[in-house]
Amino acid sequence: MSAAQPDRAAVVVDRLVKRFGTFTAVDGVTFGVDRGEIMGFLGPNGAGKSTLIRMLCGLLRPTSGRALVAGLDVAREPEAVRQHIGYMSQRFSLYGDLTVLENLRFFGGLYGVEGREFAARSSWALEMAGLRGRESTLASELASGWKQRLALGCAVLHRPPILFLDEPTSGVDPIARRAFWELIQQMAATGVTVFVSTHYMDEAEYCHRLALIHRGRLVGLGAPEVLRRHALRGALLELECEPVGPALEALQAAPGVLDAAVFGSTLHVLVGSAESACAELPAQLAARGVRCTRIRTIEPTLEDVFVQQLGAGAPQEGAPP
Amino acid sequence: MPLTEPVDAVQVEALSKRFAGVTAVDGLEFRVGPAEIFGLVGPDGAGKTTTLRMLAGVLPPDAGLARVAGCDVVREAEMLRNRISYMPQRFGLYEDLTVEENIRFYADLFGTGRTAREERAGRLLAASGMSEFRRRLAGQLSGGMKQKLGLTCALIHTPRVLLLDEPTTGVDPVSRRDFWRILYSLVDEGVTVVISTSYLDEAERCHRLALLRSGRLLLCDTPARLKGRLRGEVVVATSPRPRNVRDALARAPGVLGALLVGAAVHLNVDDAARIPELQRALAAAGVPCDSMLRVEATMEDLFVSVVGEAEGSGG
Repeated sequence: MSAAQPDRAAVVVDRLVKRFGTFTAVDGVTFGVDRGEIMGFLGPNGAGKSTLIRMLCGLLRPTSGRALVAGLDVAREPEAVRQHIGYMSQRFSLYGDLTVLENLRFFGGLYGVEGREFAARSSWALEMAGLRGRESTLASELASGWKQRLALGCAVLHRPPILFLDEPTSGVDPIARRAFWELIQQMAATGVTVFVSTHYMDEAEYCHRLALIHRGRLVGLGAPEVLRRHALRGALLELECEPVGPALEALQAAPGVLDAAVFGSTLHVLVGSAESACAELPAQLAARGVRCTRIRTIEPTLEDVFVQQLGAGAPQEGAPP
Repeated sequence: MPLTEPVDAVQVEALSKRFAGVTAVDGLEFRVGPAEIFGLVGPDGAGKTTTLRMLAGVLPPDAGLARVAGCDVVREAEMLRNRISYMPQRFGLYEDLTVEENIRFYADLFGTGRTAREERAGRLLAASGMSEFRRRLAGQLSGGMKQKLGLTCALIHTPRVLLLDEPTTGVDPVSRRDFWRILYSLVDEGVTVVISTSYLDEAERCHRLALLRSGRLLLCDTPARLKGRLRGEVVVATSPRPRNVRDALARAPGVLGALLVGAAVHLNVDDAARIPELQRALAAAGVPCDSMLRVEATMEDLFVSVVGEAEGSGG
């Protein structure tokens, strides 16, 4: 393993603030992440996710507050912080016109991994990525799953205790995606702390905890399972109606309905109470000439939770446990 | 006056395209009905973009036939262009023009008059929450807003068929919902939508899906029926030690697959009635388990199972 400090939280963020002129990009964010934890950042574009990540990577100096990464203060020791982290973005981190081995060498040089250590690490990376025998293939010629595992190998060549992943499995075959997450979860099991920034719930599900960031503030924090089950205000129903257009209009106007949207050939309806809605909605729809052939409660997705929290706009500090 | 055509909006037969020895699209067959949202789903390299480009009449097929909005994509490409709208992955927005100016540019290109333009742009911008940004430079919009502006420009004339290539890549969940709300309202007007995505959770919003891999059609059906094809059922176990749960149950009788997902384990079992039996197996192995519940299968479960079977049988 690495020279990281044991027994310490991997990342401690305390009232972190970043202002650009009069614009506050990150507004007093506080959280801690343990060693071996996979933490996901979710939020709209411009929410402050990338600003936060750039501060944690030692690339941007905080305006106020403090962040410790692997025990190092990001404001005082940004260079040392950068030696302790790995960063991977599926879309941008490889050189397509370099071969597999040349890419590894390039990142080895960047992180000062040389000699025997480079031989050991590059051999490990080739094995992990399933690229042994394809050392002289151009990176641009690799299928997306391999490309992504090579990018991961390059990002962790220097055995960083903390790894940042930016939409890591975007555009990847679901089978390759599962293989990738298996690798990430293995790394986490050995104590590597992983940050994931994503818009996609497919990726968010793999995190141990999720931080929802909105307008520079932390508006929700918890395990995916906990957020999905407890953070949604109301219950989600799936309705099959004929015709859909008038059904949507009727539902949007119905009392007790918080939100209604078309979803494929069904309607997803958020209601205050599932029981009274199931009892009353079919009659209300029938009065408008809409036939409701099926109504049932469904599990909200993480996306339902986040859209509601972001739509509400009013930031709440921390979701209920 | 929307034309109600009895024919399919899109008709694809034995469509193929090769690039330098690589078969990007390999004998594709599907039909899309009027006012349907049809999803092309698959990873990068599955052939989604190549298919859309052929449907848009900008890339000639090597073999096979494609008719879109009643036009043969090769022989009637000119007429096709007036009936469809195609939004490629990188839609050509002018970054140094404002939102308003970009819309005007595309309206002129499509020959949309001022009144129609004003009416349509106003409605689309309002639906996507962009009304207050009319005077902002396109280059200063966020990723999600750029995509919504792209859609507004692509829809400034009234196409019969709308072709969208991964329109929501890099777009946050809130903007993504706005985007889909607009698509559903177009369908109400009778527009047919063919949309590609590499995200299986998003695919469930389509009326029908074509699952693609390596240029071939694996399956084509409604999301509900596709998920119904999954062998067995999906059970989610939560535990403080998920890894141990996975290891203890991966080879248990009736378990077809076990996948570690964060703090949970997704088990593909032949029958959810095995839950008590699986719980006993964990207890016997001394592995704690907080809950074990049957959940609905996702498109990803289905995709992995279908591709796994195809490969397992040497296909």
